[in-house]
Amino acid sequence: MTLDISFWELMINTWVVMAVLVVCSWLVSRNLTSEIHPTGLQNWLEAVVEAIDGQIREISAGDSKPYLAFIGTLFLFILTSNVLAIFPSMAQLVEGLPKVYHAPTSSLETTAALALAVFFAVPLFSISRYGLRHYLGTYLKPTPIMLPFNIIGELSRTLALAMRLFGNMMSGVIVVAIAISIAPLVFPVVLQLFGLLTGSIQAYIFAVLAMVYIASASKTQQKAGGK
Amino acid sequence: MTMDLVIIGAVSMVVAGLTIAIGSIGPALGQGRAVSQALASIAQQPDSANTITRTLFVGLAMIESTAIYCFVVTMILLFINPFWRFFAERLGG
Repeated sequence: MTLDISFWELMINTWVVMAVLVVCSWLVSRNLTSEIHPTGLQNWLEAVVEAIDGQIREISAGDSKPYLAFIGTLFLFILTSNVLAIFPSMAQLVEGLPKVYHAPTSSLETTAALALAVFFAVPLFSISRYGLRHYLGTYLKPTPIMLPFNIIGELSRTLALAMRLFGNMMSGVIVVAIAISIAPLVFPVVLQLFGLLTGSIQAYIFAVLAMVYIASASKTQQKAGGK
Repeated sequence: MTMDLVIIGAVSMVVAGLTIAIGSIGPALGQGRAVSQALASIAQQPDSANTITRTLFVGLAMIESTAIYCFVVTMILLFINPFWRFFAERLGG
């Protein structure tokens, strides 16, 4: 039943999310002003970007510029796709598709892709800032005996990242489906509201964890460079 | 022949229930401990509430992932059971 999200449904919903993000950004950045007190949408988007920027700054304990684009994109994409789940009929435009919007994040393909992006981003950020030697050196911390455990940890946390987002979002879909079949009037609405909360928190957690992984591959090197 | 399939189905259902039941006990206890500690720390040091809350969320996500593993295993057993599929194909063909 709810586990089967067809390929085209997934594709269409992902493109819907991307279109929402792109159109919103285009509408805002069409006429930017450099006034001290920006109004309307620009004010709103600046607040969002500044919030993300502040969080990254706190976690990385340094400048946020290299990470802002990647982490911000992850956060906004996951948040949008989770929050859009309150709209029922996104794929209705095409004949023969189920008339329900499934959040793209409630399928393992999307979350695995996002987790893989983080998996490759960690060495890329680390190597681009500190060099290959330093990055490979982090696998030998604190002692060379820890090498296999570090490698296993690298792989298992990627798996956990994908599974966590997928499990949370899919469980929301299934719980709502069960509630509709038992008590269709009011109860599913309450669960949908709870799903909004879970979706926002999961987007935050995914972004924060990605930033923590990236920062942890950098901080040990800063210490090693200082010695 | 079909009795085997019935046994596989019944065992899958029972084990799916047990998986999510037993598997959610540990994370529930762990999360309770983590939240109570965090609340106590925030009450003692309200200034560092931001850091504590962020670390708490990350930690809760880590703890929760064990429960999520159990949930995914349950869903696999219930909806896309590989053993059921294997034996159904073998018995059918």
